[in-house]
Amino acid sequence: MRFDRNRIADVTFGASALVTGLAVAAIFGFLFLFALPVFTGGQGLSILSGVWNPGRGQFGILPMLAASLCVALSALALGWPLALGLCCGIRGFLPRPVGRLLLMLLRGMTAFPTVVYGFAAIFLLVPIMREGLGRGSGLSWATAGLVLSLVILPTMALVMDAGMRQTERRLRLTGAALGFTREQTLTHLVLPACRKNLLAAAALGFGRAIGDTLIPLMLAGNAPQWPSAAWDSIRTLTAHIGLVLATDSNSAAYGSVFVAGCLLLLVNVTVQLCLRSLLRTGETA
Amino acid sequence: MSRPATYFVRTAVWGAALIVPLALAALTGVLVTRGAGALDANLFFGGVPALQAMTGRIPVWDGIWPACAGTLSLLGLTMLLALGPGIGCGIYLATSTASRAKALLGFAVDLLAGIPSIVMGLFGFTMLLMLRRTIAPNAGASLLLAACCLALLVLPVLVSTTRAALESLPRQLHLTGAAMGLGKWQTLRHILLPSSARGILGGILLAAGRAAEDTAVIMLTGAVANAGLPAGVFSRFEALPFTIFYRSSQYRDALELEQGFATTLVLLVLSLSLLAGASKLQRTLEQRWQGIRDDD
Repeated sequence: MRFDRNRIADVTFGASALVTGLAVAAIFGFLFLFALPVFTGGQGLSILSGVWNPGRGQFGILPMLAASLCVALSALALGWPLALGLCCGIRGFLPRPVGRLLLMLLRGMTAFPTVVYGFAAIFLLVPIMREGLGRGSGLSWATAGLVLSLVILPTMALVMDAGMRQTERRLRLTGAALGFTREQTLTHLVLPACRKNLLAAAALGFGRAIGDTLIPLMLAGNAPQWPSAAWDSIRTLTAHIGLVLATDSNSAAYGSVFVAGCLLLLVNVTVQLCLRSLLRTGETA
Repeated sequence: MSRPATYFVRTAVWGAALIVPLALAALTGVLVTRGAGALDANLFFGGVPALQAMTGRIPVWDGIWPACAGTLSLLGLTMLLALGPGIGCGIYLATSTASRAKALLGFAVDLLAGIPSIVMGLFGFTMLLMLRRTIAPNAGASLLLAACCLALLVLPVLVSTTRAALESLPRQLHLTGAAMGLGKWQTLRHILLPSSARGILGGILLAAGRAAEDTAVIMLTGAVANAGLPAGVFSRFEALPFTIFYRSSQYRDALELEQGFATTLVLLVLSLSLLAGASKLQRTLEQRWQGIRDDD
């Protein structure tokens, strides 16, 4: 008897697709399931209050959410212009060999483990920040933001570069017809035309920045307080999850961990929806 | 009128082109200058003869060999778990016709790719809690749990590189199979997979690199500072990234700190060589089909 190989192959690939889909569903399902008792367990919405004081039974995680947003946005504010600058350089503002070197550097940076960035920054940047800011321990919002901008930079730059390369190929003739130099074509035609791509790069970078654990955990100081100044020690949602589960001591704090996980998942969904709408409309244009 | 914009961009370009390589050079410079001195057999085996240490006959307490072995076995187990679903799902997405299910699956893969690694670790933790409540009251964090979570983390990498490798093949190649009267599976097996093998292999290396460097997942699912060589899939283990994280705050003397720096160099070399392998494979795939590809 002969098996129908086409059929077997179809079933196998369909099954692996199903496994992938189910895994995603399971991740969302489990985390929401575990976060639910926090809201229904009598405390109501107190988990979303602004005070974290386990000693007095207050487990508000809003300060951590604020810290996550602050660190991610500041990393984005630093990293996005740098990424854009590098891309413009690669696509025409810098001599070709330099551009090629930069591209290689960016590709290499994607493989840099974040824990390595963190380790190097503890011994290089933290003392500098401690002296430079003149207050605090050097483990601060500013330190984490600086290093994080370097971490998210290659992802953003490579997305931008891919988009700009395509657009440039399309607009090269237009630029030549207008008598533009390569630089002018880039600033006046290519950059405006790939605005959506640049925004998508920012969304992607933001997602990376808010999801990173090791940099804030190692460099931001981890004090659960509202961020108010660049030299403040702060604790992000990701670092919070790591700290609470690693210390393994206060089971009452566990609930906040699952809520933090859900918040991060929601941020991820939002980012992916943004990316989807940005890139899809960008393709048809 | 056009001048200021160009000048502005040019300043930004030069600024970025100076700042980024300098920052990177400073960070790696610190690692190399402070860690290179400790890069020797002592770093790995801590005074134990290499052969006995590698076979596990004499336990290594002061070296990073257990962490290296932990990372390697973690990598092996992760890839074992992720390869099937990852490549299968990639093939499914690349070969099936457009449908609602396919669009949904594409979005699910994107979502999976965006999930922060600490949340993946948290998912592993919830699985552990579930297991304890239901079928296995004694379940603990282990190599297998960490590998499962890491497999989920690298799954989207495998899916998207496999899909991209298959979709980057020229369309004629897809038609060739039909023209020769081959079925869907035969086309895939004899034409499409062999011609995109390098791309898929590159994706595997890329995924391995991602698994090797991740710290957040294993931090929550079983990595510890002192476990010795991994004793089995149900035991706790050491891993290079976790060792680095641990050493960054817990070092007793200057030598341990120096070894911490050297450990980062070891991990860096591992990740960079995985990336180099991946991009070399993918570049040869691109070159092979350049020119034949229809650009529409």
